[in-house]
This record gives sequence, C-alpha cells and structure tokens, in this order.
Amino acid sequence: MLSVEGVEKFYKKGGLFARDIQHVLKNISFSCGDGECLGIIGESGSGKSTLGRLLLGIEQPARGTIRFDGANVMDRGARSGRISAVFQDYTSSMNPFFRVEEVIKEPLRLRKIGHQAVQDKIDQLLHQVGLNSTYRKKYPHELSGGEAQRVSLARAVATEPKLIVLDEAISSLDGSVQIQVLDLLRSLRQLYNMSYIFITHDIQAAAYLCDSVLIIRDGQIEEMAKIEQLKNVQSAYAKKLLRMIMT
Amino acid sequence: MSHLLEVSNLKIWDGGTGDVIVPGSSFHVKPGSCLAIVGESGSGKSVTCKAIMRLNKAGIRQSGDLVFKGENLSRLTEREMRKKRGKQLCMIMQNGMRAFDPSCVVGVHLQETLRRHFGWSKDEITFQMKIAMGSVMLKNPLEVMNKYPHQLSGGMLQRVMIALAIVLEPDLIVADEPTTALDTISQFEVVDQFMQLRERMGCSMIFVSHDLAVVRKISDEVMVMKDGVIVEQGTSQAIFADAKHEYTRYLVSTKQSLHQHFKRVMGGSGVAER
Repeated sequence: MLSVEGVEKFYKKGGLFARDIQHVLKNISFSCGDGECLGIIGESGSGKSTLGRLLLGIEQPARGTIRFDGANVMDRGARSGRISAVFQDYTSSMNPFFRVEEVIKEPLRLRKIGHQAVQDKIDQLLHQVGLNSTYRKKYPHELSGGEAQRVSLARAVATEPKLIVLDEAISSLDGSVQIQVLDLLRSLRQLYNMSYIFITHDIQAAAYLCDSVLIIRDGQIEEMAKIEQLKNVQSAYAKKLLRMIMT
Repeated sequence: MSHLLEVSNLKIWDGGTGDVIVPGSSFHVKPGSCLAIVGESGSGKSVTCKAIMRLNKAGIRQSGDLVFKGENLSRLTEREMRKKRGKQLCMIMQNGMRAFDPSCVVGVHLQETLRRHFGWSKDEITFQMKIAMGSVMLKNPLEVMNKYPHQLSGGMLQRVMIALAIVLEPDLIVADEPTTALDTISQFEVVDQFMQLRERMGCSMIFVSHDLAVVRKISDEVMVMKDGVIVEQGTSQAIFADAKHEYTRYLVSTKQSLHQHFKRVMGGSGVAER
C-alpha cells in the first residue's frame, strides 16, 4: 500500500548563507502493507522524524518516490482523508482557541456530511478513545497529556484513514498512561483495519504494538526485522540498541 | 544528625489562588544514599525538588523545615542560600536546552559558576573541567565548551551538567527527571554516569523520575507521590517486590506488562540485561 523507493533528503546546515549541506536520509526503501504496523526506531537525530514528514507529504524528498496506493504522496488528492498523523508535542498540535469538539470537527469539514451526522460522529469518536461527551466543551490546556493525546487520536481517525503516522506519539507521556494509549491504538487498529507507521526511540513500546520494525541510523536503514525475529538481529548497531534497554 | 537532609511538614501552596500543591510531606535523605521520587506528571515531584533548592517562582509559597547538615535552609536569607546552591546542593535539570544560557557558549556558564564558588583562574577552571568532562565520556572537552547549547544534543548537555557537578563536589545532588528527554541509548549512558558519580564522590542524591526502570537501577530508597501526597516510601527492593499501596502496585504493573510482552518477543532470554 505504501511504498518508499530510494528516498534522499538534504538540509541546509547553519545560517541563512551557510553552504554546508547535511545528508539527512540516504537511499531509504521499504514498503508497508494494508493493515500492517511498522515501527521506525532510531536515536534522536537519525532522521526518523524527517522520514515521517516525507511520508505525510509535508516535505518533498530530494530524490526517490513515495507512493501511497499507487499515487504519489505529494498529490493532495491521494492523501486527503486517507493519511493522518499524531505528533509528540500534544500542547502544540491543537489550536489553543478551539474546543475539543472543534478540534475533532476540523478534518470532517472537507467531507460532505450533515450537521447532525457530524455531532453524532464526534460523540462516537470520543467514546472510542475512552473519553465521554463532557470533554466536548473543554479547551486543550484543560486536558492532561494522556487526554490530549486521545483527542489527537480521535481527530486522526475521524476520516477513517488507511494509514496513521505516529511520530513519538507516546514518548512524552508517563509510563502508566503510555500503556493505556498503546492499548487504545491496538483496539482502534482492529476497529478500523488501519496501518500504523510508529516512529519512536522506545523499542519496548514498538515491540508491544508493531508487526515489524525498521532500525534507522544516521539516515540509513540499518536493519528491518519482523517482531518475532527481533532477537536474531544481525547488525552490530541493532544489537547495541537491544542491549541498552533498561529493565 | 544521622540524616543529611531532613524535610518535615513541607507545605507548598500557590500564593495567588491559595491552591495547595503539596499539603505536607516529610522525608529524609541518608548520607551517601539515593532517594528516588516517583509519580505521574502533576504529582508535585518537581515542586518538591525546587522547594528544597528554594527555587520556586515568587508566587509559590512554602512552609516547613528543611534541615540540611544541621542547618535550617528555610531560615537562610537569599544571599546565604545562593552560596549553598551549586556548591553544597546541586541541581540537574530535565531539559538541557533550557538549563543553559542560549546566548553564550557552554563554557561561559561553567566559568561563571566555578569562579563564583572557588575563585579559580580561567586556566584552572579549564583544566578541572577537562578532567571532569573526560570522565563523563565527552570527547574533545574544549570543543564542547566552545559550543552553544543548541549545537549539542540533549544527552551531551546532560553530561556537561554532570561534569560540572563532579567539579563542584556537592553533598546533595537533586536530579529532576534528567533522563526523560533522552532517547534509549543516551538514557542508558547518562544513568551509567549517575551511578559512577555516586560511586566516585559518595554524595547523596534525590532522583526524580516517572520511569520505574531507571529508578530501580539507581535508587536505594523510593518515595511514591500522588496528587502531592506521599503514598508510600521504603527501600527500593521492598517497593518493587511487594508494594503496599494500590497506586504503587498499579505503577509497577503497567511498566511490567510492557516489559513482559517485550521479553516474550525476545524469547524470554536475558538479552535486556547487561
């Protein structure tokens, strides 16, 4: 469904007139099937978030193509309502002047649905992410981290997308809330039969949710492994990553 | 005095609205031991830490006794307190980017702090910092000192702060979520540095975190907070093996379920242990 071929990305380093160029992504190719959950694991600065932005079509790759169901992901029509995203920073991913219901309603505006249907849909979505309708009138600053991330998720699934890119979506939550959101992600996936691209540095969380993982380092794919095969990783870097998990 | 720091009836409230953040907590830190404060966000961990350093914002009031080495910190004047901070009580912040002055290179901050406390010359400071930075695995100390905070990664800044703590040799280090903003590998390295720091200097430590894996590794005693109240305290083994309070059990179990699934995936072998 999603296929990435030979993607490269450069950034200008330093100030406005700097000539230094940083090679952020080097020849990235992988694919993600229907209903599959792929984890992208890497250190900070490894280019995993850049890859996430390219998949969402927010930025353009310097070379290579990203195809979603055969269409180029840079094409708005191919993306509309079918790819969505949840980001790490829950405080800045919602308009602070919007109430929760407006936040969720935003992606639905482009669909041609009647007023009443939208209202029902909001209640249904809030219920699905484990919140009740009393949250409709709240503002983002009144929500805790876990609640805000649930609202972001409700917004992401509002258009019933085929793919959600989760960029460090649980990294800034507490341990106990993390597991709640992970369980929620699992149940939503069954409900809507979606694919996830789960970008994280936390291997344990990735192992909990994903079918396969892609380990990325300095903009290059180090290794790709099925979760069941995670214990047999070959590359030295992947082994180091696994060794450094604290229990 | 057998305890290095004795906190009794610490009450913290918002001076403007009158909201009580911490209704009254009492705990103590033994010399050479590490006390971990665990809790979810908003449970009053950070406020408690800042109250010990007396660094809370002006609107936040505190009462109660903070006895440090037989001296009551809450009675000291601001001027006397300034001398204590850094030299005897050292704080390591969560966010390296915000802890350093963004408009100066990192070295300026280090020079300023060390000159104030020890009155060393520039060369002396550079010499001392070089040794300390080498011991926290920072390569090219001089290069690091001539960089701005935004040019260094979170893990590196965290290690610069630890290096500064090594030079200052405080009696008590207060570390407020030092590993939360870091990825798996730098988290591992920073925790390693903290453990070595304790071994080398034998100082006491208050370690705040919501990551139980880290806490289990580093701490001798654990204190669990919820909504500003201390719900349980005890030795690290006791808390992790059989927690008395329901909330502690809940915190331990949530982490366990993630970890157990991971272990199952890895085939139950001890790959995760060193």
